Amino acid sequence: MTAELVRGQNHPLSQVRLEIRVSAGVPVVAAATLSDENDKARGVEWVAHPGAPTLPGLEVSRQAATDHRLAVDLAAMPEAVHRVNVLLALPSAGGGPLRFGAVGAPTVTVTGLDGIGIARFTLAGLDAESAVVALELYRRQGAWKVRAVGQGYAGGLAALFTDQRLPGAAELAGGIQEAVARGLARSVPAPPPRTSDADRTRRTATPVSGVDQPGPSSQGAPDAEPPRPASPYDDPGQSTYGAQAPGGQGPSPYPDSGPEQQAGGAAAPGPSSAPGTGGIDYTHPNRRHTAPPPPPPQAPPAPSGQPARPVAGDAAGWSMDERLYNQVWGMFEDLARTTAAYRSAVEFADSRRDKELDHLLSDPRSRIGAAGDAAREAAGARHAQLVDEARAVLDRDLAQLTAEAEVVEPALPPAYARWDNPVWHGYRVPTDFPMALRLGDLHLPESVPLRIPMLARLPLERGLWIDSGPATGLDASFADSTDRRGLAMETAMALAARLLAVHPVGEFAVQVIDPAGSGSTALMPLVRTGVLAAPPAAGAAGVADVLARLTQRVDLVQMALRAGAPESLPPGLDTAQQLLVVNDFPHGFDDRAVNQLRYLADEGPSVGVHLVMVADREDASAYGPLLDPLWRSLMRLTPVPDDHLADPWVGHAWTYEPSLVPPGSQVLQHVLAQVAEARTKYK
Amino acid sequence: MTVNMTKGQAISLEKKDGGSLTAVRMGLGWQAAPRRGLFGSRTREIDLDASAVLFADKQPVDVVFFRHLVSDDGSVRHTGDNLVGGVGQGGDDEAILVDLQRVPVHIDQIVFTVNSFTGQTFQEVQNAFCRLVDETNGQELARYTLAGGGQYTAQVMAKVHRSGTGWTMTALGTPANGRTFQDLMPAILPHL
Repeated sequence: MTAELVRGQNHPLSQVRLEIRVSAGVPVVAAATLSDENDKARGVEWVAHPGAPTLPGLEVSRQAATDHRLAVDLAAMPEAVHRVNVLLALPSAGGGPLRFGAVGAPTVTVTGLDGIGIARFTLAGLDAESAVVALELYRRQGAWKVRAVGQGYAGGLAALFTDQRLPGAAELAGGIQEAVARGLARSVPAPPPRTSDADRTRRTATPVSGVDQPGPSSQGAPDAEPPRPASPYDDPGQSTYGAQAPGGQGPSPYPDSGPEQQAGGAAAPGPSSAPGTGGIDYTHPNRRHTAPPPPPPQAPPAPSGQPARPVAGDAAGWSMDERLYNQVWGMFEDLARTTAAYRSAVEFADSRRDKELDHLLSDPRSRIGAAGDAAREAAGARHAQLVDEARAVLDRDLAQLTAEAEVVEPALPPAYARWDNPVWHGYRVPTDFPMALRLGDLHLPESVPLRIPMLARLPLERGLWIDSGPATGLDASFADSTDRRGLAMETAMALAARLLAVHPVGEFAVQVIDPAGSGSTALMPLVRTGVLAAPPAAGAAGVADVLARLTQRVDLVQMALRAGAPESLPPGLDTAQQLLVVNDFPHGFDDRAVNQLRYLADEGPSVGVHLVMVADREDASAYGPLLDPLWRSLMRLTPVPDDHLADPWVGHAWTYEPSLVPPGSQVLQHVLAQVAEARTKYK
Repeated sequence: MTVNMTKGQAISLEKKDGGSLTAVRMGLGWQAAPRRGLFGSRTREIDLDASAVLFADKQPVDVVFFRHLVSDDGSVRHTGDNLVGGVGQGGDDEAILVDLQRVPVHIDQIVFTVNSFTGQTFQEVQNAFCRLVDETNGQELARYTLAGGGQYTAQVMAKVHRSGTGWTMTALGTPANGRTFQDLMPAILPHL
């Protein structure tokens, strides 16, 4: 029977291996500090938090989440530790509530490893606090006890750490919030509406018997679900991801999207779509057909006992493009889930074998001798058998998905296709707006060589950041920073060229800021074919000029949209969507230019001004935390394969690879020449 | 033909023609609380929740409930939370679909539970039932009546477990108390 604690009450702990389960209505950060016999935390190495989740005997989650399970092994605590303080804090990024008074009372439960509750504490009565010491586990005469604390701090983690006399409290608090925000920003944008969980986020239920009623009070998590650790219970927001507007844009998973931006997103193709001219526009923003779509291709009947042979476009949608888009996202989800099943099975097989071997070792009779060997062998065989079974299932699914990829890839339209796809050879300038864009390829270690196209809805909801900094992930062979920067610029140019090519004539313009001219090689195909709006801007003057013009444009369009009078835009204003590519940031940028760039990143996407940055974050380190919101608002892509993207369902780390033009291929020149030619005719 | 199951009764999910089931649905239905008087919105709503816990060798591995609608592996899917109930005429108000072919190899038991999130005991709930349906043809395999079930707020309904190459369902029907499946873990563990 779980003991319900009130503030200040303590309860004995008979077990040393515990779980502390946190349940809150919104994503919270869970952390822990250790204190010595003088109630002092000795330093940052005595704090477990999302940026440094593991301490001896203690592990917390890397992410903010509505549910947490903290693993605690009190036996593994250093002797000097006399108290473990369990903390909760609200993330400062992500647009969620900033005071506990605005959310339901979080519940903290101490359980044994069997999941049976020992003590539970509901943190009722919090108000302006944004950080709180929920519980403490402390030594008393050689045994451990738990006490309900509930001490809140309106000054947040910084005030809490200061109170615990931690050196560097403010820096640590900032670092934790930063780590959490990075987690929020790391996720792949929302999937297409595939599940119908849209409005099923649960409302707060009225507690039946007052504040001490435990259990989840659950507003839907307001923000994107952070990739979560592999724990069965702490999944708060699966439904959040399904919670998409039927318009398909969905909630943007990045912090700065206010309702304004959401609303503007539908009008993003620019003033030409004339929103607000005559009352409510009932047309679906992403759909131009009202006639029933042509029937989807039928899969040929499968021979009995075998999976159906896949066909391209075998998904719901109003056009072939939409069907292929949904099909690709379906493959993405299927691969994520089948891999989750495989990893879970292998993890289970490993832990079972370890347990069996531990058991053998602890029994002196079986430690040596033939019986022990046989038992060890049996444990190994049981392990191998389960892993083999899991692998067989995974291989079956991979074979099916690979077969599907083999028919889907060749059928993709240019916007979704790799550069080596023959569809580019028959390229014609399109007359319709594209639905989505291929940003690159995604794969998992288990799934090599199967690649999933990474498709992002257009217009882009967030800017892109091609990271030219040192490779952190798999491929450290690009140690030469010149190579890496060149490759990053090449990645950006491949994306810019693709965007130009897949939009109708005159509907998309690309501007480039290349302050030091270091991107000139990569820019060559664009410059030579004359598809850029203007030659790449160089030097501080060029930077200032381009930014001033784009900022003014954002202001004008925003004003016109707010006034409901898009026709009042000044004559001569280019109605095309704009893409600004910035190379070598912050070279050539003064403070004013930096502010303008931040403004463009925040406000631009809703009025058709998009940003691609090629930058090494280190280069801008002089600006300190000032630029953190900028980096967070951008989607980070890498010029070399790097496993930094999380899927929205399970949170695997996917390896991203850019989609580059194959070396020696003339396809880009061919395509850009057509774009340029169409443009001359158009004018 | 519907089997009205009794506690502890096990039925094999092999089909009569020798094939085995590939997909089952656990449906949960109940009648919404009647509206009383002028202030209809003040009627206390009844929110029952269906959950499924996936076990590997008695260890919980994943759980499907209103906060986590799809198991990570995609084999178990909750159709979504119903907060008030339905007309009480036998339709499912919440359902959990299990694709038995896609259940990961190490998962050997799936336990279905029902909780009263709003705290009413089953005695106060009208026409509540839980049933198991062969999802491929809509045929009801088993049905369990909850209404009048006594002073309990939860029930461990049934488990579907591997036996040989196929799956078997066992009716458990153990009453318990709790608001979400977490509270039920102590009641579930003895049945594994």
